[in-house]
Amino acid sequence: MTWTLALPELVLAIAGLVILVAGVLPKQETFFPVSMACIGSLLLAAVLVLGQPEGTALGGHYVADDFSGFMKLLAIGGAAIGILLSLDYNTKEGLGRFEFPLLMLLATIGMMVMISANDLLSLYLGLELLSLPLYVIAAFNRDSARSAEAGLKYFVLGALASGLLLYGSSLVYGFAGTTNFDRLADAFSADSGVTAGVVVGIVFVIAGLAFKVSAVPFHMWTPDVYEGAPTPVTAFFAAAPKVAAIALLARVLVGPFGDLAGQWQQVITLVSLGSMTLGGFAAIGQRNIKRLMAYSSIGHVGYALMGLAVANDVGLRGLLVYMAIYVAMNLGTFAVLIAMRRKGRAVEQVEDLAGLGRTDLGTAVWMAVFMFSMAGIPPLAGFFGKLYVFLAAVQAGFWTLAVVGVLTSVVSAYYYLRIVKVMFFDAPAGALDPAPASLTVVMAASGLFTLFFVLWPAPLLAAAQAAAAALLG
Amino acid sequence: MFVGAIFFPLLGACISGFLGRWIGDKAAQWSTVICMVLAAICGSLAFGQVALSGHPVTVEIVTWMDVGGLEFAWALRYDTLAAVMVAMVTFISTLIHLYSVGYMSHDETPSRFFAYLSLFTFMMLMLVTADNLAQLFFGWEGVGLASYLLIGYWYDRESANRAAMKAFIVNRVGDVSFMLGVALTFYVFGSIEFDTIFAAVPQHLEDRFGGIPALELIGVLLFIGACGKSAQLGLHTWLPDAMEGPTPVSALIHAATMVTAGVFLVCRMSPVFEYAPTALAVVTVVGASTALFAATIGCVQNDIKRVIAYSTCSQLGYMFFAAGVGAYQVAMFHLFTHAFFKALLFLGAGSVIHAMSDEQDIRKMGGIWSKIPITYAVMWIGNLALAGIPFFAGYYSKDAILEAAFASHSGVGMYAFLCGMIAAFLTAFYSWRLLILTFHGAPRADHHTMEHVHESPAVMLIPLLLLAVGAVLTGYIFAPLFIGEHEHGFWHGAILNAEHNHILHAMHEVPAWVPLAPTVMGIGGIALAYVFYMLAPGIPGRLATAFRGLYLFLLNKWYFDELYDAIFVRPARRLAMVFWKTGDAQIIDGMPNGAASLAVGVARGAVRIQTGRVANYAFAMIIGLVVFVSLFLIGR
Repeated sequence: MTWTLALPELVLAIAGLVILVAGVLPKQETFFPVSMACIGSLLLAAVLVLGQPEGTALGGHYVADDFSGFMKLLAIGGAAIGILLSLDYNTKEGLGRFEFPLLMLLATIGMMVMISANDLLSLYLGLELLSLPLYVIAAFNRDSARSAEAGLKYFVLGALASGLLLYGSSLVYGFAGTTNFDRLADAFSADSGVTAGVVVGIVFVIAGLAFKVSAVPFHMWTPDVYEGAPTPVTAFFAAAPKVAAIALLARVLVGPFGDLAGQWQQVITLVSLGSMTLGGFAAIGQRNIKRLMAYSSIGHVGYALMGLAVANDVGLRGLLVYMAIYVAMNLGTFAVLIAMRRKGRAVEQVEDLAGLGRTDLGTAVWMAVFMFSMAGIPPLAGFFGKLYVFLAAVQAGFWTLAVVGVLTSVVSAYYYLRIVKVMFFDAPAGALDPAPASLTVVMAASGLFTLFFVLWPAPLLAAAQAAAAALLG
Repeated sequence: MFVGAIFFPLLGACISGFLGRWIGDKAAQWSTVICMVLAAICGSLAFGQVALSGHPVTVEIVTWMDVGGLEFAWALRYDTLAAVMVAMVTFISTLIHLYSVGYMSHDETPSRFFAYLSLFTFMMLMLVTADNLAQLFFGWEGVGLASYLLIGYWYDRESANRAAMKAFIVNRVGDVSFMLGVALTFYVFGSIEFDTIFAAVPQHLEDRFGGIPALELIGVLLFIGACGKSAQLGLHTWLPDAMEGPTPVSALIHAATMVTAGVFLVCRMSPVFEYAPTALAVVTVVGASTALFAATIGCVQNDIKRVIAYSTCSQLGYMFFAAGVGAYQVAMFHLFTHAFFKALLFLGAGSVIHAMSDEQDIRKMGGIWSKIPITYAVMWIGNLALAGIPFFAGYYSKDAILEAAFASHSGVGMYAFLCGMIAAFLTAFYSWRLLILTFHGAPRADHHTMEHVHESPAVMLIPLLLLAVGAVLTGYIFAPLFIGEHEHGFWHGAILNAEHNHILHAMHEVPAWVPLAPTVMGIGGIALAYVFYMLAPGIPGRLATAFRGLYLFLLNKWYFDELYDAIFVRPARRLAMVFWKTGDAQIIDGMPNGAASLAVGVARGAVRIQTGRVANYAFAMIIGLVVFVSLFLIGR
């Protein structure tokens, strides 16, 4: 048996069960210690991922390579910081229950399974393990109608997406006779042509995964859920699961369906174009900053998918770098959003940031850094994320993608810069409450990363390069 | 000593300009005056050593630029030409600083005024001591800047601002040509240092640029630059308007020093001009025409300062045509004497204006000579010198110029001689017209003003008296040195007369009537003025009615301003209007504005899809799926 290869997931699963039991037993609420224990387990899992050898296990269902390592670290990091971000908010909003971090932990296990999936079945298993906790935490503020609505919408549409994915998998299995990625790859490379059934199956699989990364046209749930869910949940949604779903999409398309690239490339190109355009334009009129961030994340997924549409090592490297930078600056931004409270009540309109530059300069400066970075202004990290995907697109001759990407990032610069303008030039709307230490730490950490990535980009680039190479085999 | 003469004024400007607010106006004023006195002492000593003892030096301060083949330094080149200018500029500037202490006593920001005045002096000294064209251009632009600042010194007056801008813009036209001249010099000679250029002139006699002899082209370009600075015909329009500045400024910048920079430039470049006969002919014709043209206008102007301004313009014309016929020494001599008597006239006019409670129209003066006798006396001296009456300074220099023009025996020389003669007559006429209208006759000012007429304070009178001494004596004392028998030892090679140029000898051998003629003309002009304005005051009015067209033509300054307004200013404004309204506001602004409104429209549409209903969302997903599947199947 080679089950030891899956040690990170196994350890995390056992830790989750132990923490669950330990959280139930005490009389008083155990939100804080459980959160700490979850973060600790995630860190332990991260260490194990770092020491993980390469190979396949569990009867070919599970694969570990540089790509899975890179993505898992990103997902675990996103999840751990997501828990950190929720500490203060949940306590103040009365959501401080121990199940919350635990659900995030379980979702993280799902992500890791997804990332390491080497079979359509383990893919589905991981995806559901991720989705179920997400449905619950989206509706975690069950006294709020909006939160409940968000959870329900996400559940209904998520179920539809899962159905599409499962149906696509069954089609592929029916026509190719296997669900294992390696053997699928062999089957498609051996055959001179592919049957229509396989093609339809692939599109269904893509649709199911595109739902998770909220790419156009499977993005409709995103603004509503982002707005309705508690802000730390939104922060979590925007970071870790996106990483996992993008990883899965990349692995499925480049791995088993790699030889059909010429066919799915146009679908991914369309999805990318649509996401960039929608993300650029629809956010312009938004007044709710969480909703704005939802459209922003749709746009970012479009840019990242540009790297996948190119489907070579430069493109995949761009995709991975983009996701890493996106997660970092997104968590920083949400740290600011979570810190937005006035007289103890959470506020989430763009106007509530007015005059922040005068009332709380530190927070305003970090927010400005994130906004400039998301708009892709050099020398901040966001610029380099865009640079690498645009570079790949131009080199491979995907001019349409590159041109539309540049134009939509100009459009999106408007609403990012508007936030900066509101913070620094509008009359103060009243001071916000001071940000708690945990959030300040996250802001500063991701802010520093965003600011100084330009000085030391080599490690990230090298890791992304290795991961992309591993994926392409 | 050599460095001190140049940099003391800069020191004064810095003290007054930067520290004036803290040390107070009094201290700021007097610190600039003291700096100027020190500079004047250094300047005089330098003049003694360089010009009188014949030891030219060049003080190199620091390398300025060393780029490829282009290399030049900040250096002070003291030859006789520079030393004359340095001594004259520092001396007159000192007197004018002193005068300004009295004249500007009622002003609100005298420290600013004195800072500008000292800055101007520094720039002028940089200009005259430059040993390369770049440094000369630095000074050239520096005096232009100082002139702009001083003309617009009373910046709350709209007319002063307009005049300042006009002066600056008209000068830019000349400057463009000057810069082209410098560039062409570098192109031809590979250097812009005077020594290198002058030494290389013989090798480049045959050079051509675009089919035109290169030296001629350099000469003409530099001369057009000089025209701008020295207000010669065509680019003269800014000088009368520049009288908007305080009167000491008019005296220093727009009479004695800055406007003569053009003449200085031509003399400085004499080794080049000597081999550019066509350029010299252009200089002669333009100079002679200006001399006559400005004199005609001077006869009908009514503003006391404008009359003197046109007189300056006219005298500059004399200097140019003197240089044009090859008599650079004579041009420099007239420049030198003119500085004294013209500064005297301006300061005297300033004293009159001061006495008349800021009235400048000579039609509203009259009958005040007994109340301000000293001013009256010095104005007489100044006008006698200007009119070229024997044994006053102007007599020596103006006579020499006309003799030189006559002696050149060329067509343009004779044209210059004729123009000069008529201008001499007109000069005397308008000078005495000014004198009589201002000081004699019945008082035409109101009672209140007349009661306040008073002689100026000592601090203003002392400079006047010193300049009056200069206006009397400089001609007699310096004539032998500048243009007489000691001329060769005095100039010491600072000005080059080529072998073919014998003008300095020839001018002494003209027929006997030629030296007498200017004096006769001058006396005739004076006599006519007495007839018109004292004995038979009705004649000017009748003449003006009889020759109404001519009178208006002169009164409106030959309609130059109107002409330029119609040809350049209004079309330029119309063009700018088109570019602004159509080009900028509609096309350039229109593109981003259109794109922005498009973006807003798209955003509205995108948001409208977001209905909030799950069924719609699911429908969108399915539609997307169908589209992709069909795409996939078709594209396969």
